[in-house]
Amino acid sequence: MAEGDWDYYRRMRRTPLFDAHRAAGARMVEFAGWEMPLHYGSQIEEHHAVRRSAGVFDISHMLAADIEGGEARAFLRRALANDVARLPPGKALYSCLLAEDGGVLDDLIVYFAGPDRYRAVLNAATAQADLEWLGRRAPAGARIRPRTDLAMLAVQGPRAREQFWAALPEFRSASEDLASFCSMERNESFLARTGYTGEDGFELMLPAGAAPEAWRRLCAAGVRPCGLGARDTLRLEAGMNLYGQDMDASVTPFESGLGWTVALEGGRDFVGRAALERRAAAFQRLGLVLQERAGVLRAHQAVRTARGEGTITSGSFAPTLNASIALARLPAACAPGERVEVAVRDKRLAARLVQPPFVRRGKILV
Amino acid sequence: MKAPESLRYTETHEWVRAEPDGTFAVGITDFAQDTLGELVYVETPDPGRKLAAGESCAVVESVKAAADVYAPVAGEVVARNAALADAPGEVNKDPYGAWLYKLRPAAGASLDALLDAPAYRKAFGIA
Repeated sequence: MAEGDWDYYRRMRRTPLFDAHRAAGARMVEFAGWEMPLHYGSQIEEHHAVRRSAGVFDISHMLAADIEGGEARAFLRRALANDVARLPPGKALYSCLLAEDGGVLDDLIVYFAGPDRYRAVLNAATAQADLEWLGRRAPAGARIRPRTDLAMLAVQGPRAREQFWAALPEFRSASEDLASFCSMERNESFLARTGYTGEDGFELMLPAGAAPEAWRRLCAAGVRPCGLGARDTLRLEAGMNLYGQDMDASVTPFESGLGWTVALEGGRDFVGRAALERRAAAFQRLGLVLQERAGVLRAHQAVRTARGEGTITSGSFAPTLNASIALARLPAACAPGERVEVAVRDKRLAARLVQPPFVRRGKILV
Repeated sequence: MKAPESLRYTETHEWVRAEPDGTFAVGITDFAQDTLGELVYVETPDPGRKLAAGESCAVVESVKAAADVYAPVAGEVVARNAALADAPGEVNKDPYGAWLYKLRPAAGASLDALLDAPAYRKAFGIA
């Protein structure tokens, strides 16, 4: 987009940290209608900072939505493919939101925040459609409240918690014993030990007006600001899907590596269940590691396997592996360990199939 | 962003430097590397390959995108910068030092048809 394209700027939404990003020299890009930092100079160094130390991401473009009331639990058990009844108080659950035909409308995290109170975090690109979808189905006893008043930060990496406490000591005593995938509230803030990088760390939701000071203190404590570029290569190495790229309404959770998030036990009736039970998985999701340094795997490249054709859904250079990796939609008969060929421009390059994740907690697993 | 006076440029963001031995060194401009972001893969043409003007002959890939590099004039490849295979980031650090390949221009091929630095800067709004 050219400078001075005013329609472009008028359309764009900005987070409370926009000025902080600009002051830090961020390269800004459009993402789902938001003007977000792509990197602050080096996306590869930001990636390494998260694997080796700690980084902080502005994820305020994602939308928190509270689902409250006496019927909130029953409503979410009907609306989500995973079962919130599994949750003890404070715990988080990863789930797909499905269409009646079993296609994935969004993936989200839902926290059991308190009695009759849940908090879901929705993808920026799908938030509006999700709210409409939920709003149409919610009974009177389940109110949906979009929390556009909150900003969201993710602090990730092996030193993330320690540096987070150094920057924001007021959270320390209450969050020292916070287990993985658990959350706590402190005044107007909500802290969870979750993330999208494959590393330990926190996600913090706080009033928008308090976000710049929290960001400043984290950076001053040595946490490196990281943009969406590093966030994408980190989540790819961690084997985590990106909605709209690795899955969408045309595929089911079973076709996108998310079968483990579908809770079928107990006969619970949830939207999409009947279709999932009818519909055989047409393909599966697997990972690829490029075997030669002769290009970079990218979305939409064709994969030729001994069992038929497939397609890459996400691919990039993986800084931790110093090789190119990808997530792909492949014939159901393919298995990890097999060799495949990927069409990269005018060449066919050799790749090896693996079961993601590629990296977890700083360690290469493939 | 820089575009040194001593070089010639193409509209596809290659720079060309006339070497003392009569060959032309070719690389990508500061503007090109800045737009692409950090490079993670560089593919250069085999020496001996004959190129037509405008022919796609090299590839640079960043974390986010792949881009073709075109021959600025017709000629024969006489050298490739093999060091870039293991250090593609050199193109980001020093775009006008990290040449990709050198070609011996075909008879009649000259730099005159290419953009000079002020024209290149003007065409792409580079300050």
